[in-house]
Amino acid sequence: MDEDRAIVALAGFGHAGPINEEPGVLLAATAAEREHEPSSRHPAKRGTVVQEAESRLKALFVRGLDGDADAYRSFLQALTRHLRGFLRRRIPQYRDDVEDLVQEVLLAVHNARHTYRPDEPLTAWLHAIARYKLMDFYRARSHRESLNDPLDDYAELLADTDDEPAHARHDIAKLLDRLPDKQRLPIVHMKLEGLSVTETARITGLSESAVKVGVHRGLKALAALIRGTP
Amino acid sequence: MKTDDLIGLLSNQVTRVERGAVARRIASTLALGALGSVILMSVVFGVRHDLASVARTAIFWAKLAYPSVIAVGALLAVMRLGRPGARPGYAWALIALPFVAVWAGGLFVLDAAPPGERLSLVLGHTWHTCPFNIALLSVPTFPAAFLAVRSLAPTQLRLAGAVAGLLASSMATIAYCLHCPEMSPAFWSVWYALGMWIPAAIGAWLGERLLRW
Repeated sequence: MDEDRAIVALAGFGHAGPINEEPGVLLAATAAEREHEPSSRHPAKRGTVVQEAESRLKALFVRGLDGDADAYRSFLQALTRHLRGFLRRRIPQYRDDVEDLVQEVLLAVHNARHTYRPDEPLTAWLHAIARYKLMDFYRARSHRESLNDPLDDYAELLADTDDEPAHARHDIAKLLDRLPDKQRLPIVHMKLEGLSVTETARITGLSESAVKVGVHRGLKALAALIRGTP
Repeated sequence: MKTDDLIGLLSNQVTRVERGAVARRIASTLALGALGSVILMSVVFGVRHDLASVARTAIFWAKLAYPSVIAVGALLAVMRLGRPGARPGYAWALIALPFVAVWAGGLFVLDAAPPGERLSLVLGHTWHTCPFNIALLSVPTFPAAFLAVRSLAPTQLRLAGAVAGLLASSMATIAYCLHCPEMSPAFWSVWYALGMWIPAAIGAWLGERLLRW
């Protein structure tokens, strides 16, 4: 079983998590999955695949929680592939928003990572976050769509090109510029330039704990900015 | 920014997540809120003068246990609601149990009392102020409870807000017990419950606004 197969199988988040109030989320994705994945048509086999992916992802994530950046990067890359598969099936009518939503969920997973407990299934935790962000997306959508009645203003219909929101709404690099310096600088030095906490503290003149707090609060603020961008 | 760049940003120099750091911060935030409630109670209402003698009676401790068990249940529930995918489970029972016990006790007391005294047992002397006093004492604990939930990652915002409100009001009720002279379960079953539910309802209302992340 290669990694991609395991990942594809998990893209449906096929774990019957305790919060899974909408079996449709799970079933719709699973049904689509089976068309691409003949070997997992058998439920028992599929369960094993999901189990394998869960334990591989979990191992990476738990190492990431301990500060292993390489493991954490691998985890986020694998999660991104799951999320794309999951969201493309969930919101086929909003294809251009999929990548934005993927980014939003990644940021949310990162900001909530301290709430995960290793004795629980990781898939249930991830699914709850993805579902929360998806619901948020639906809420924002229906609100915006109810406001933008094309019958009132024809120009508005033409002004809005298809791929514009996907780029303009969530340009995280641009949103980063809107953060206050004590959050932005730690993120720029540590997260973009890859400097250590100590080096960042020296350059910015902040204390080491202020650097860590700045990164933490800055990423939370970034998530809030993405949410608040219409 | 491309998704690959975002992954780089998130994983670069990622720091270790300190186990228990959030729990410690939540504990100190809530303790500060509780202290605020006790101070507010002693300044606005005053500690009851016969506290020393009342503290030797079982009924006083039963009264104190009522909001205390609810607070423990609400704290457990809120900590679980703050973790994506976790369900409060038995914490609900811990929240419900004191209400049921006090209602049963109240009915028992009313049943034993002569019909003419039943209404005065329920209304006591302070029924018209009690729920609002509890709501007032929740002013310091309410932001503490919301800050606590905000440091987690709730995915059911209205529910998490309601339980945070209940956590705030049950802690405020513990403080109020040090002032309140009412000693009948028939009284607590209505007015204390109402006092605890008002902040819970406000919490449910504010949850969607204040707990988004």
